[in-house]
Amino acid sequence: MTQHIDSVKTYAVIWISLLILTGVTTAVAFVDLGPFSVIVALSIAVVKMMLVALFFMHLRHSGKVTQLAMAATVLWLGIMVAFTFADVATRGWMGVPGR
Amino acid sequence: MWVFLITEVMFFGGMFLAYIVYRAAYPDIFALASSSLNVYIGAANTAVLLCSSFTMVLGVRAAQLGQKKALAINIVLTLLLGFVFLGVKAFEWREKFIEHHVPGPSFHFEGVAMQGPAQLFFSLYFAMTGLHALHMVIGAGIMTWLLINAIRGRYSADYMTPVDIGGLYWHFVDIIWIFLFPLFYLIDRHLK
Amino acid sequence: MTTPVAQEQENYLTNSYGLKSWLLTKDHKRIALLYMATITLFFFIGGAFATLIRVELLTPQGDLVSSDIYNRLFTMHGIMMIFFFLIPSIPATLGNFLIPMMIGARDLAFPRINLLSWYLLVVGGLFALFAMLAGGVDTGWTFYTPYSTTYSNSWVIATALGIFVAGFSSILTGLNFIVTIHRMRAPGLTWFRLPLFVWAHYATSVIQVLGTPVLAVTILLVFSERVFHIGIFDPALGGDPVLFQHLFWFYSHPAVYIMILPAMGVISELISTFSRKPIFGYHFVAGSSMAIAVFGFLVWGHHLFVSTQSVYAGLVFSFLSYAVAIPSAIKVFNWTATLYKGSISFETPMLYAFGFIGLFTIGGLTGLFVASLGIDVHVTDTYFVVAHFHYIMVGGAIMAFLGGLHFWWPKITGRMYPEGWAKLSAGIVFLGFNGTFFPQFILGYLGMPRRYHVYPAEFQVLHVMSTLGASVLAVGYVMPMVYLVWSWKYGPLAGPNPYQATGLEWKTASPPPLHNFDHLPVVTHEAYDYSALTEEVTSVG
Repeated sequence: MTQHIDSVKTYAVIWISLLILTGVTTAVAFVDLGPFSVIVALSIAVVKMMLVALFFMHLRHSGKVTQLAMAATVLWLGIMVAFTFADVATRGWMGVPGR
Repeated sequence: MWVFLITEVMFFGGMFLAYIVYRAAYPDIFALASSSLNVYIGAANTAVLLCSSFTMVLGVRAAQLGQKKALAINIVLTLLLGFVFLGVKAFEWREKFIEHHVPGPSFHFEGVAMQGPAQLFFSLYFAMTGLHALHMVIGAGIMTWLLINAIRGRYSADYMTPVDIGGLYWHFVDIIWIFLFPLFYLIDRHLK
Repeated sequence: MTTPVAQEQENYLTNSYGLKSWLLTKDHKRIALLYMATITLFFFIGGAFATLIRVELLTPQGDLVSSDIYNRLFTMHGIMMIFFFLIPSIPATLGNFLIPMMIGARDLAFPRINLLSWYLLVVGGLFALFAMLAGGVDTGWTFYTPYSTTYSNSWVIATALGIFVAGFSSILTGLNFIVTIHRMRAPGLTWFRLPLFVWAHYATSVIQVLGTPVLAVTILLVFSERVFHIGIFDPALGGDPVLFQHLFWFYSHPAVYIMILPAMGVISELISTFSRKPIFGYHFVAGSSMAIAVFGFLVWGHHLFVSTQSVYAGLVFSFLSYAVAIPSAIKVFNWTATLYKGSISFETPMLYAFGFIGLFTIGGLTGLFVASLGIDVHVTDTYFVVAHFHYIMVGGAIMAFLGGLHFWWPKITGRMYPEGWAKLSAGIVFLGFNGTFFPQFILGYLGMPRRYHVYPAEFQVLHVMSTLGASVLAVGYVMPMVYLVWSWKYGPLAGPNPYQATGLEWKTASPPPLHNFDHLPVVTHEAYDYSALTEEVTSVG
């Protein structure tokens, strides 16, 4: 495994960024953004996740297979959520089959 | 470890799905229940875990460079921060217990007519933070084992794989919390 | 080929003796045999339940057992067969044994995790058996809420825990295979030179890794609901019982692909060997395995058509369910094309392969019937569905398992089975199977509901036919047990490659030495290269 050894400075920058983002997401929660509150909160969470994954877990230095596998996993989670939602959210639309 | 983490994502994912479905069904009650959690403690705990990820990756780096002492110190720091997190969590849970927000026969949430959805929020809260805490405990076990081996000088620049994959596990558990925090603590805080 | 020498050479069976050498082994071949014994036991337990079911159904009244007991019978039959027999079957026995050999490796990537997987299956099975002996579960293998979480008075938790533990067995096996196939192929063995058996197991492992954890968390939620009454599936507390179905079927539909993909992998090997031709459209067959793995995750809602799932979602799932049939069809067409102008011989494994193709096709086509929203409203929860899935899982997966077992038997044991008896039992299995399950299509279409043991008298004739077929089928299953075990001691010695098949596993001794190969092979030609094989034989002389 080729070693890409990042500097302490790199890690520290990411760490501080993560702390700042945590502060931001907490503060923003107190602002009324209507339906966008959820989107903003989740977006910040996704950014934090990407920082941890890419830098702390060295995903950016990992092989393409690993990167693809992780992307696919997130996609799978998305499929499970999206399709279940397709049911839950649309139950009122057309009635129930067989009736 | 990466393949194992795939299974973990789907494992937690099932519960995230349940959360999403019920939050969409009962947005107001979930918001109300969320506000009963202490957001400052939650945020502070998040910071604690992020710091532990920082010390963890420094530990991995130390291992890559063969710096045995730095490795051991960083693992100790990671472990300590992990315990801080768990301690705070235990404190939070105790609070919930006192407030009668623990699902079960003594559950009672003020201010809502239908107790059911509120209980659902807390069921998901305890289930998901509980599962997360369990993973933290396992992580602490892994860290302890790594620490023992690090002190014994078992790891070097050529062989640090266990540290590497232990780090992956620890960061993953951190990522789960990164999502748990906003989903449980930050629902419509502006309403309060 | 030179006459096989009497087994003086040390092989994986003779290199160490004693119980500990088996229970603490790290050898994938021995672990495969441990699995073989275990799943055979579970198969016969599941079969015992099936026998009781079929005997009860001989008469329209509920006279053999009460309704409550009957509920437990079909539940236990389903649970045993699905979670403790079919899911492990081919991957944990044939897959474990063959994959390292097929890729030219000495073992799997994580041999100790492999052993752990077996122990997990055993522990899970013991939990389930305990639950059965204590009284069983009556919820159906599908554990639908809120019955399973609130109202059932049976051993739900013990059984669910057993399945939970067995699930981890499945996850770890999948993990092991993925890493092994990625990392341990012999030099020269590129992805597209892999035997299709390996591709099939790779796809299966991906499903196991992505899907099984969702079942695990679903079981945890059922457990929590039952013990702590958290209300997640209880409508009275604001929960949604259909959410359970979504979570459950998100795993359980891909689970059926876990059961059939390895079988398809076996069939590819059998068809190729016994037509002495490379599989037609190798890339398409490999790709279709992956496509099934992917698409299989997108269709779970077809189990929820009448569950109050929205029509809109039903439309989407119905459409996708049709799409998922396409890769399977591609395989069937390619196998058929392989036969064309092949040099076909009718050894026992090939008979099972032919049986598979016919029966799987019927099962698959009837799947399209139930995938259509309109028809499903009529046939759901009837024997039509029961027949459909038994055609795939028994007519398909079990026939492939038996075919593979016979095909690789000489490799595993170093002995040949008695061909006459084997062919006879293959025929008996085929006849018995059709006798059992074809009447069930008709029963279902006429309206006989599933999971009922009291039924209108007009259905009795078909039920009697089905039970008769089941008796024949049972004979067909017991016969291999007898002659295979017999052949282990008394069968004629088989050489390294009795069928002149391609594949690295045939290039080493039968039974193989502990570390599979004396010299690790280097691969220089494509999969199913029979011309290269002939050259080797003539050059060695």
